Parts: sequence; C-alpha cells; structure tokens
Amino acid sequence: MKLKFAALAVAVITPGLAAQAQTRITGAGSTFAAPIYAKWGEAAASAIGVTLNYQAIGSGAGINQINNRTVDFGASDMPVAADQLRAHDLLQFPTVIGGVDIIVNLPGVQSNQLRLDGETLASIYLGTITKWNDPKLAALNPGVKLPNVAIAPVYRADGSGTTFVFTDYLSMISPTWKDKVGAATSVKWAAGAGARGSDGVAGTVRNIRGGIGYVESAYAEQNHLTTAMLRNKTGQFVAPTQDAFAAAAAAADWSKVQNFAIDLNNQAGEKSWPIESATFVLVPTDAKDANQTAAVLKFFDWGFASGDPIARQLLYIPLPEAVKTAVRAAWKAQVKTAAR
Amino acid sequence: MLGRRRKRRNIVMEALCIAATIIGLLLLASILTTLLWLGVGGLSATVFTSVTKPPGSHGGLLNAIIGTLVQTAIGTVIGTPIGMMVGTYLAEYGGSSFISSAIRYVSDVLLSAPSILIGLFIYQLIVQPMGGFSGLAGSLALAVIVIPIVVRTTEDMLRLIPVSLREAAAALGAPKWKVIVLVCYRAARDGIMTGVLLAVARIAGETAPLLFTSLGNLNWSISLTRPMASLPVTIYQYSGSAFADWVQLAWTGALLITAGVLATNIIARLLLRGSR
Amino acid sequence: MQQAAALGTLRRRLPTNVGDAVFAAAVRASGAFVLILLGAIIMSLFIGGLPAFRRFGVGFITSTDWDPVKQIFGAAVSIYGTLITSVLALVLAVPLAFGIAFYLTELAPTWLRRPVGTAVELLAAIPSIIYGMWGFFVIVPVMGQIIEPWVIDAIGDIPVIGNLFQGPPFGTGIATAAIILAIMVIPFIAATMRDVFDTVPPVYKESAYGLGCTTWEVMRSIVLPYTRVSVIGSIMLGLGRALGETMAVTFVIGNTDRISTSLFGPSNTIASIVALEFPESPAGSLKLSSLLALGFILFVISFIVLAISRLLLRPRLGA
Repeated sequence: MKLKFAALAVAVITPGLAAQAQTRITGAGSTFAAPIYAKWGEAAASAIGVTLNYQAIGSGAGINQINNRTVDFGASDMPVAADQLRAHDLLQFPTVIGGVDIIVNLPGVQSNQLRLDGETLASIYLGTITKWNDPKLAALNPGVKLPNVAIAPVYRADGSGTTFVFTDYLSMISPTWKDKVGAATSVKWAAGAGARGSDGVAGTVRNIRGGIGYVESAYAEQNHLTTAMLRNKTGQFVAPTQDAFAAAAAAADWSKVQNFAIDLNNQAGEKSWPIESATFVLVPTDAKDANQTAAVLKFFDWGFASGDPIARQLLYIPLPEAVKTAVRAAWKAQVKTAAR
Repeated sequence: MLGRRRKRRNIVMEALCIAATIIGLLLLASILTTLLWLGVGGLSATVFTSVTKPPGSHGGLLNAIIGTLVQTAIGTVIGTPIGMMVGTYLAEYGGSSFISSAIRYVSDVLLSAPSILIGLFIYQLIVQPMGGFSGLAGSLALAVIVIPIVVRTTEDMLRLIPVSLREAAAALGAPKWKVIVLVCYRAARDGIMTGVLLAVARIAGETAPLLFTSLGNLNWSISLTRPMASLPVTIYQYSGSAFADWVQLAWTGALLITAGVLATNIIARLLLRGSR
Repeated sequence: MQQAAALGTLRRRLPTNVGDAVFAAAVRASGAFVLILLGAIIMSLFIGGLPAFRRFGVGFITSTDWDPVKQIFGAAVSIYGTLITSVLALVLAVPLAFGIAFYLTELAPTWLRRPVGTAVELLAAIPSIIYGMWGFFVIVPVMGQIIEPWVIDAIGDIPVIGNLFQGPPFGTGIATAAIILAIMVIPFIAATMRDVFDTVPPVYKESAYGLGCTTWEVMRSIVLPYTRVSVIGSIMLGLGRALGETMAVTFVIGNTDRISTSLFGPSNTIASIVALEFPESPAGSLKLSSLLALGFILFVISFIVLAISRLLLRPRLGA
C-alpha cells in the first residue's frame, strides 16, 4: 500500500519536475495558424524543451500584445506595415502557408467541377450576380447544367485571417471590390450572410441550396466539402490541392518584398492556386528579454527543420527552403540576441 | 346551462394552453436530447484527465473544467458576502427609505444587465491596467453577476423571518448585529443557500463575461494572473472550429456544463422546499 | 416595518455597542458599493465610447455604416437588429408564456403543477451558449430547408407583406434569432406571469365560477384585468432579457452591416457585434471605442426597459 502511494506520488510530481526543466514561451494572435503552432508546441516540448502557451485571440489582438510585450511573440495573418515594425522594434517572418478553398452547395455539381474566376467571385459577393444560371457563370462552365437558383453567399461573421486572405484576393482582382469593400479581417460585406467560425460557414452553405462560401483548405479537406475550381493568373482552372498551393508558394518572388511581407494571392504559374497566404510571426528585435526571444527563435527553427510533416498533416504548406534560409539569416542579422 | 359557443371557446382556449405547455416541454426535451445525442459520443476518461490539446491529439477538457470551477468558486466567494451584506441592509436597516429603494433598483438593474457589458466593464477596469487577461478578471466579472442574485434572495429570506424570533433574541439582551448574524442568518440559511446555488448555476454557464476577461487558455493554468480556460469559452471556441474532434469536444463540454447547471438548480430547489 | 421599530426602540435604550456600529457601517458600505458599482459600469462604458461619440456625433446612432476598412462606424444596424429581434421574440413568446402560465395556475392537476413548473424553470436555467449551439444545429436547418423556402414561395410574392419574406433561405437571420430568443424568454415571462396570477384573491375567481363562468372566461374577465399592469411588467422583464442576450444570437444572426427589410435576412444585435468584433479590435482603436459606445447604448436601452417593468410590477409583486 505504501509502495503504491509512493509510486503515485512520484507519478504526480514527476511531470511537474520535468516541466521545470522547460523554457516557457507565450504567443498570441492568428486563429488561422493556431492549430499548427499548437501541434508544433506539443512536439517541441519533448524535442527541444520549449513549452508553448499560445492564445488564438485574433491577429489584431496578437499584434497588440506583442507591441505591449505582454507575450513573447505575436502571430498575424496580415503582414504588418514596415513603419509599424520599426516603431515597435519588431521583426516579421513567415512560418507556414495556408490555402483558402471556395465551397459550394449546388445540386448535381460535384467537387471540383464548378469553375469560377476572380471577377465572378467578386460579383457574387458584391451582389451583382444573383443567380447561378447567370450568363457569366454559364460562360465559365460549358457542359455543366447550372440551375435557376439564387446564389447565397456566406462569409465569416467573426473577424478572421481567412477573411483577410479572401478579401485581399478579391481586392487584387476587382477594382470595384477594392473601392467598395477593401481587405481586412472584418469588412463591410455588400451581400450575403455571415456565420460564426469555419464550422458555421460550412454548416450554413450545407444548409442552403445555392450556397457559396470560403473556408481554410484544411477544413474543406477534412470535411469533404464540395469545392470549386478557380482560374489563376495564368488562365488555368485549378483545383485546390496541396500541389496547387505549393506551386503558388514556389512561384512567388520572395526577394522583392521587404520584411517577408509577401502576398501569395493571385500568383503566376500554371498550377498555382490563387487564394493563399503565409502567416506571420512578430518577435522583438530589442534585447530586453533576449532569452525569451532566443527560445522563440529556437522553437521556430525546430519548426522549420522538423515540423514539415506535421504541417502537411494539418494541410498547411511548409515554406520553400530558400525562404527558410532567408528567415534564419534575418534572425541572425536583426534580432539582438546572443544565444541560438 | 352553458351555451355551446362559450363551451367551445373554453375548450379551444384550454387546448391551446395545453398545447403551449407541451411545446415548452418538447423544446426542453429537444435540447436535452440533442446534447445527449451529440455529446455522449465524446465522453471518455480522457475528457476529464487531459487538458485541451491541438486537433488530432486526443485532448480533453480538464483545464476548462477546472478553470470553470475555480472562477465560479472565487466569483461566488467574493460576490456572496457583499450580496448578503446588501440584502441585510435592505431587510434590516434600510426599510422603505429612498436610499434603499434606490439600492434595490440598482441591484435589479445589475441582475438584468447584459452580461457582456459586465465583461466589457471588467476589461476596462482590470484587464487594460493589468496589461493582460487573467483568471482574476474573469472571477471578478462573475462576482458582479452573483451579487444581485444573492442580494435579492437574502432580502426575501430575511423578511420572512417572524418578528417574534427577533424580539426574543433582543429581549435576551443581544445587540442587533448578533440578532442578525446568529439568529436570522441561521434561520434563513437554507433560503440563502438556495440563492447562492442558483447564482453558482447561473455563472457556471456564462460565456460572454469571460470572453474579454479570462479569455481562455489552451494549456494548463490555474494562475489567477494569467488567462484561464473555462468550459463555456472553450465550448465557444471549439464549436466554430475547423476540426471534427474539437467540435465533438464542444458538444461533450456542452453536455457536461448543462448537466452540472441543471443538477445544481434541482438541488437548490430541493433545498428550498426542504426549508419551507 | 414592525421589527425595525421594535429594534430601534430597544437600541435607543441600550448602551452603544461597538459590534453594532461596525456591522451597521459595513452593511451600509456594501449598499453604497452596489450603487457605486453601477455608476462605474455606466461611466466606464461612456468614457470608453467617448472617442466614437466625439468622432461621429449623434450621427453614430443613425449611421448604418460599419466599415472597419474605412474606419467609419455606426450603430443603426445593431440597434435595429437588437430591437427587431427582441420585439419579434416577445410577439412569439408572450402567447406561449401566457398559455403555460394559464395551464399552471388553472388547468393543471395539482400533482402535475410542480414537475411541469420545474421543467419550465429548467428551460430558463440552460446556459445561453447551449441555446446558440442547439439553435444552429436544430432550428437553422429546419428554417433553412423547410420553413423559409415554403414561406418565401407562399407569401413572398404578395405586395407589401411579401417584402418581409424575401431573400435566399439561409436559415440564419432575424427570424431565427427571434425564435431562439423567444424560447429563452418564455420561461421568464411564464414564471412571472404565474406568480402574478397566483396573487389574485381566490374570492374573485370563486365568485365568477359560482356565476357559471368557464375557466377561460374567468381568466379573461377576472384574472387578466386584475393583473394587467403586472402582466405587462413581466413582458417588459422578458424584453430586457432578450435585449442583452449574446451567445444564443451570435450563432444564428448572420453578422451583417445592412438593414434588412426581410425577416429572413441577416442582421446584427449590439451584443452579437460586440462579441464577434471585439477580438479583432486593437486596444485604443476607434473600433473598440465604437463597440464600447454600442455597449453604453445597450445599457441605456436595458435600463429604460427595466425601469418601466419595475414600475408596472411593483404594486402586485411588492418588488
């Protein structure tokens, strides 16, 4: 009995002891990236002894928190402007890439059968195209019988990075969209209804005949939602596959942008998927809490080196190797921290 | 002799009222059935032994459950004494003066105030100056909700105590405060307990005030100065997420919180009935 | 206030007791604390919302613009949504609540009254997030696939009224939010109505029965007129609850920044927009200030509704 008790006591205390040997880092921000950071955090705890406490409170709030230095790193789906980075002594770098799928609910239309392009998508969400058998849509889809059903556009009711990626793409394609609505995590939508969370968007689209919505590609995959093809910049219709996402990432010219603030939307390339984005992390460049920043960089270095399989499992796209190298160089150059 | 038309009208109205009651009961049944149907599937030991984990990692709800228990407990411990004091003032000291009418009115306003506004208030008062979200802020938001519930119950229960009991105690030479604390509180104990339990049931299920105060925490944390998970907020975050196992946990969590809240409610009512 | 008078005279005759002084001071301080607490809540919301009020002026209340990109915010859509969902919810809830209260006070056999009464009160105890999840899972598909398409087909083409029932049947929107709010509010109104009906002196009802009135006639001609004012008070109480409801509405309102004339269209309520937009509002931003200003407006509306309800309920329930 005493032995059992002792064993139990040891079993209870040991995890606590093991935890004490860990470095704790805190991060906050993007909900888009939360699953991958959480999964990396879980693996990194045992691999390199860094425990991550990540709060998925939204990009805006994450930027707030790192500006106030109440967390060790901030996570944002939108790249932060260069002057803001300078003002708050932050270094910005990308971590993974995620795609956004278009999901539809049309009787008789299978997954990756429907074809859309940026202009029609913008018109649908602006409310100028209201029926599925509109001539513009029919022109894109010869051979598919589009029914005389009202289009029901669905968007994210809560502020989200996915909305930013989607509206940024529409702003690139359609000047009307850029003028009337713009791109942000939360916008003034011109048509349609909102739903809470990706689950809400998918559920609402599933509910209504003629529904169309946008969700993270991981979500569409896992739930076997009916997705649509999009015409990319080169003029090809592509389906939202991992290859298409990777093609867009590879086609991007990362050297032309400052602070890695790449916009991966509407990339050239035959196979590229047009709606995707990198997600960014912000770390302090001043040496106030150098050890914590060093731990953060150690964590993401591990993520770059060993975290790719996990990323692919969650249907994110790892950064191209060249970009990883550039990021590591930026760490060395800009972050005032000795340890690595 | 009852005319046929009047009789018919009576029967129609009675039938409609019975129908309304049946609709109400069916709605309750529907909610409970949905929770059971969707939530039971996720019930397992892991839910209670594991903290929330990334999707696909077989996580549980332990930190959320503990977080709710901690914040509910602290909120109740802070709110109940204040509520009891105010209720005592209204019943024993204030009477029908203008000030006590005002306090009674203010207490009712707090009782009916949208709880999200209380969350905003605590955000401005505590979270912004503190520079971060915390379990303490969450507990304080819940305490503000507890106060008016306990005020009302305490006042009602104290008023029910017969004058003869007080006079007997006073006749024995007890000062007023002893009469209240040693005699009246004891006599009203069951009723006040009922009020406290109802308050506990109410705040355990509150989501909105915690959204901007304790925020939620994906890791294990019982520190009051850091964000703390809670069951309703975790349910809220999981239910909109993109991952099937998280959505399942959301329904299981919903089942757990509803079972807890309803059980507390029923116990409170049994207690009240026992005391009367 | 017999006991206060009795104790008062006693106290004047006895020597001052330190314990009494301390206790009385503590109790009075708590009372003051509650007053200060409410004042602080109102002030903090007002001060937090001041930048928005200053920037947009009175136009904040009438503007339907909610544009985070252009940084223009207006409260009209949220206020509209709050009012219309709550009023609609009452229209649906009051008849049902009345039916339940009538059943519980007059029609139910005595052994059934307590269980049914408890069941109705349990409906009130269910956390609102559960209503939101259940509503999205059960009510929204029913609305979107059965009720809305049928109504749009049947009534949508009739001029004037048809405008209320237009648009794609999302399943979410004003009507659905109103239905879920109604379900949440029914137990409150029913419980208060039942308490109020119970205060009617039995002699009135018995005299009416003695004259040969049916149960319904007693209810309509005796109980309702006697309790009319309090019944309205209990309805206002339900309205107050519906106005501030957050979680249930957030799941089903379909966040939008346009005023929709169709009841099947999406909208916003003040509570839902605060819950949905708060996370993406940077501290100190105009957006956060606008949300706090909205909170202040909601508080004012709830305050007024509650004041009216208390005024009406006080004579009967001695509140």
